[in-house]
This record gives sequence, C-alpha cells and structure tokens, in this order.
Amino acid sequence: MATPNSTIEWGIDFTHYDPRAYFLATIDPVAWAALGCYIAMGLSGVGAAWGFSIIGSSLMGAAVKAPRIRSRNLVSIIFCEAVAIFGIIVALMTSTKIGSNTSTAYNTGFYAMTYSSGYKLFWSGVVTGGCGLFSGLCVGVVGSGCALADAQNPVLFVKVLIVEIFGSAISMFGLIVSIVFTTKAQIGAS
Amino acid sequence: MVVHLFGTKTPGNLFTFNCNDGYLEAIVRGFRSGILSASDYNNLVQCDNLEDMKLHLSQTDYGDFLANEAGPIHTTTIQERCTDKLVNEFNNIRNQAVEPLSTFLDYITYGYMIDNIILLITGTLHERDTVELLEKCHPLGTFKSMASLSVANNVSDLYNNVLIDTPLAPYIQGALSEEDLDEMNIEIIRNTLYKAYLEDFYRYCQALGGETETYMCEILAFEADRRAINITINSFGTDLSKDDREKLYPALGHLYPAGSARLAKADDVDQVTRIVSEYGQYRGIFNEVAANQEKSLEDAFYEHEVKLNRTGFDTQFGYALFYSYTKLREQEVRNIVWIAECISQGMKSKVNHYIPIF
Repeated sequence: MATPNSTIEWGIDFTHYDPRAYFLATIDPVAWAALGCYIAMGLSGVGAAWGFSIIGSSLMGAAVKAPRIRSRNLVSIIFCEAVAIFGIIVALMTSTKIGSNTSTAYNTGFYAMTYSSGYKLFWSGVVTGGCGLFSGLCVGVVGSGCALADAQNPVLFVKVLIVEIFGSAISMFGLIVSIVFTTKAQIGAS
Repeated sequence: MVVHLFGTKTPGNLFTFNCNDGYLEAIVRGFRSGILSASDYNNLVQCDNLEDMKLHLSQTDYGDFLANEAGPIHTTTIQERCTDKLVNEFNNIRNQAVEPLSTFLDYITYGYMIDNIILLITGTLHERDTVELLEKCHPLGTFKSMASLSVANNVSDLYNNVLIDTPLAPYIQGALSEEDLDEMNIEIIRNTLYKAYLEDFYRYCQALGGETETYMCEILAFEADRRAINITINSFGTDLSKDDREKLYPALGHLYPAGSARLAKADDVDQVTRIVSEYGQYRGIFNEVAANQEKSLEDAFYEHEVKLNRTGFDTQFGYALFYSYTKLREQEVRNIVWIAECISQGMKSKVNHYIPIF
C-alpha cells in the first residue's frame, strides 16, 4: 500500500497509528455517523412494521365476530408506532450533529473529538435500532394475543395491555441511551 | 428467526405465522365463541317440542337457519341444516387458505371422503340410484370426480374411473386392488383406508412441527387408539382372524406397538379393559364406563375426544385449532340431534346424555 508523503494526508492522522494495521480507522467518522443514522431509523422501522403486520391480521379476523374490539385494540397499533417514532428522534438528532461545522472537523484541535463522535453516533444508532426491532416484534406478538383474548372475554384486554406496555418500554430504554450518547457527540467546533 | 418468504412449507413460528394464517386463525377463534355453552344446552333441554328448539337456537349463533323450512320440522332437517352451517364455515376458511394450511384442511376432509367412498362402493354393488347416493354423502367429503359417478356401473368401473382420481388414490392403490373391492368385507376396506389416512396425516403433522405437531399428534394418537380398541371389541364373535385384525391397527398412538400386539391376541372385553387400563391416559375411561351403567364406551370416547380438542385452542400460531373446531362443531351437531330426538320421542329422562363442550 502506498504511503502518503506527509503525515497528515488524505485527512488521516498517521502519527498515531499505521492505517495498514488499523483499517477501520481509515473510515471517515462522518461515514460512521451517517450509517448510525440509517440503522436507527431503518431497524426501528422494520420492527414497527413487522409488529403492525402481526397485530393487523389477528385484529381483522377477531373483529369479524366481535366488532366491539375494533376501536380499543388500535391502542396496540399506537404502541408499535411509538417504536418507529423513537427511531426517527434518534435519526434526526444524529443528522443534526453531522451537519454542524464539518469544515473545522479535521482541524488539529477538533480531530479526536470528530473521530470519537463518529463512533458514538454509529453505536447510538445501533442501540436504538436493535432495541426498536425486538420491541416492535414483542408488541406485535402480544398485541395479536390481546386482540384474540379481548374478542373472547372483554375483561382480559386491560391485563394483556399491561404486558404490551412493558414491551414498548424496551425501545424507550434504547432511546434514552442513544440520547445520552448523541448529546455528547460533536463534529467540529460548536 | 428464519423468515420463509416464498414457498412456505411449514407454518410460521411466533413472528411469521400471522403473515399467511393469522386472519383465518382469528376467524376460527371467533367461530369458537359461537359454540353452544352450558346455558344454551340448559335452554334446549327444557324445550317441549322442536318448534321451541328452533326458537332457542335462533338466539344462538345458529340464527334463523331453520327459517326457510316448510311445515313441521324433523330431526333429520335439523341435522342437515346444522351440518350445512359447519360446512359453510369450513369452506369459507378453506377457500381463503394458502399452503401449508390448505393441505392441512384437505387432510381434515379426507376422513369424510373415506366414508363417502365406502357409501358409493356399497351403493354401486347393490345397484342403487346415483343421485340418491350423492345426496347421502357428507358434504365435507366431496371430491371432483363424484360427478362422473353415474358412468360407473360396476365396481371395476368405479375403481378405474372414479376412485383413482380422488385425493385418496394413494391410500387405495397402496392397500386395495380391484378384486379386493368386490370380495373384501366393506368394513375391512373402510378400516384399511382409514388406517392409511391416519398414518399419513400423522406424518404430515410431524413434518409441520412446532405447536401444530404438539397438539395434533396427541389428538391423532387418541384417534388411532380408539379405532384399535373399537376394531378389537367389534371383531369378537365375527370371523375376522387375529392376524387380519392386527393388520387394521394404525401404526401410531400410545398403544402402538406393544399394546396393539397384545390387543390383537385378546379374546374378550375384560382382557381388552385390562390391557388398555395399563395406559394412564385411558384408565379413567374404562373406570368411568364400569362405574356408570348408563354411559357406553362410545360416549366415554367422545368425552375424551372433546377434552383433547379443547386443548387445540390453547396456543396461538398452530393449526390444531382448525381440526379441533371441526370436531367440536360435529359433536355439537350430534348433541343437538340427540336432544331433538329425545324431545320428539318423549324420552326426556335421557335428554341429559349429551356431551358438554365448553
């Protein structure tokens, strides 16, 4: 691999590590951050959509013989939607951080901060996306059970809804961790 | 978390079942809540005549199903209309099902198809009118080549033109030839076909796996054991040899293989009771029959079947509830007809001998 002429060429700092040994360090931090933004929204969206599809078919079938369950079981759908909303919150926060001051990002003083921000934004996206995927699935499965139970016996609706609330809380935990990460990240001068 | 997107051959697991079968499962659960409850049976039992029964039934899920019947109602009319309701619901589900649920529902109909085929063979042997025969067939077990029935004049025509086109052809070809149909006792033919069908269905449920396998294999095992016990008891006093008897036992169930081998050598009902009572699941059945003079073995078997079919609704994301619903509705029709017969014949003392379902 060709070596650069000066120590700081290609925007990469070779005084601290040899890029031939640390390939991952040659990936631009903004690339990491943008990938994190996608994963946050993308995986949360997959989880929410999967949850919708699981609930929707059961709800439609159960409502044929018990039409009274139609309106109040839409609450399950709202819990699934919350998962997707958490994803978009994190994605928007990440993209705001990326867009600020990239001109000063590779200056000597802000260099370390830029790199560490890139990693922070990537992994905050993975946390939200991962939590959102499984939370959406959980809310979906429980919501379908809730619709079927409600159709048989109206008393069961509130009981099963409590299980769903806990399922939805998982993606909220992911959101909280991501927010803590994202607020600490900073690309370039503030 | 494997996602089969195309050509699904097993029912989905927790996350993928609802894509294909969630709507139909939810609809069947809705039908289940329409099965007559204990309070409905209490009302029916207190009726004085069939018109009263019609009134009470119109307030249940059955609705105005007898509204278009002219003149006084007979119990046969009630049976036919109730069966029609079940058939309508089943066909509704069957028409919307995709693989592998559609194959599963087809397997459920094969049992009725076997009864229809035996009816057709007997009718052809005795040269009955084909239109009459077709009317007597169970509507769930119709198959396409029934229309060509009028072409068949003798049994070999029936075998070559009609039976080979049915979905049961593999069972027929495996076990019977043309000569067999003419010579063998009709009940032996029925039991041979049913044995092949049960074994095939059991293998299919095992291939489906998951929740379906857990519940269906239990239900089918009881079905096989019940047939083995019935064949044994009914063959006492006939000229069915013990080897032939053993050939009719299905190769599945709790009694297979050790219990079946001993049953094949049994000579009277006491021996059968002793052999079967060693199996924990069935000890209760024979004890009940011994304790209660009015309860026959058949009733005890029906009760056990209802108990097993109730468990079919226990979990989500499996196919057992489709089978259970069909059987429970059938039992309900039998109950209604029993109550109707008791009322119309004035034997109110026996009217409580129906099998409660829920």
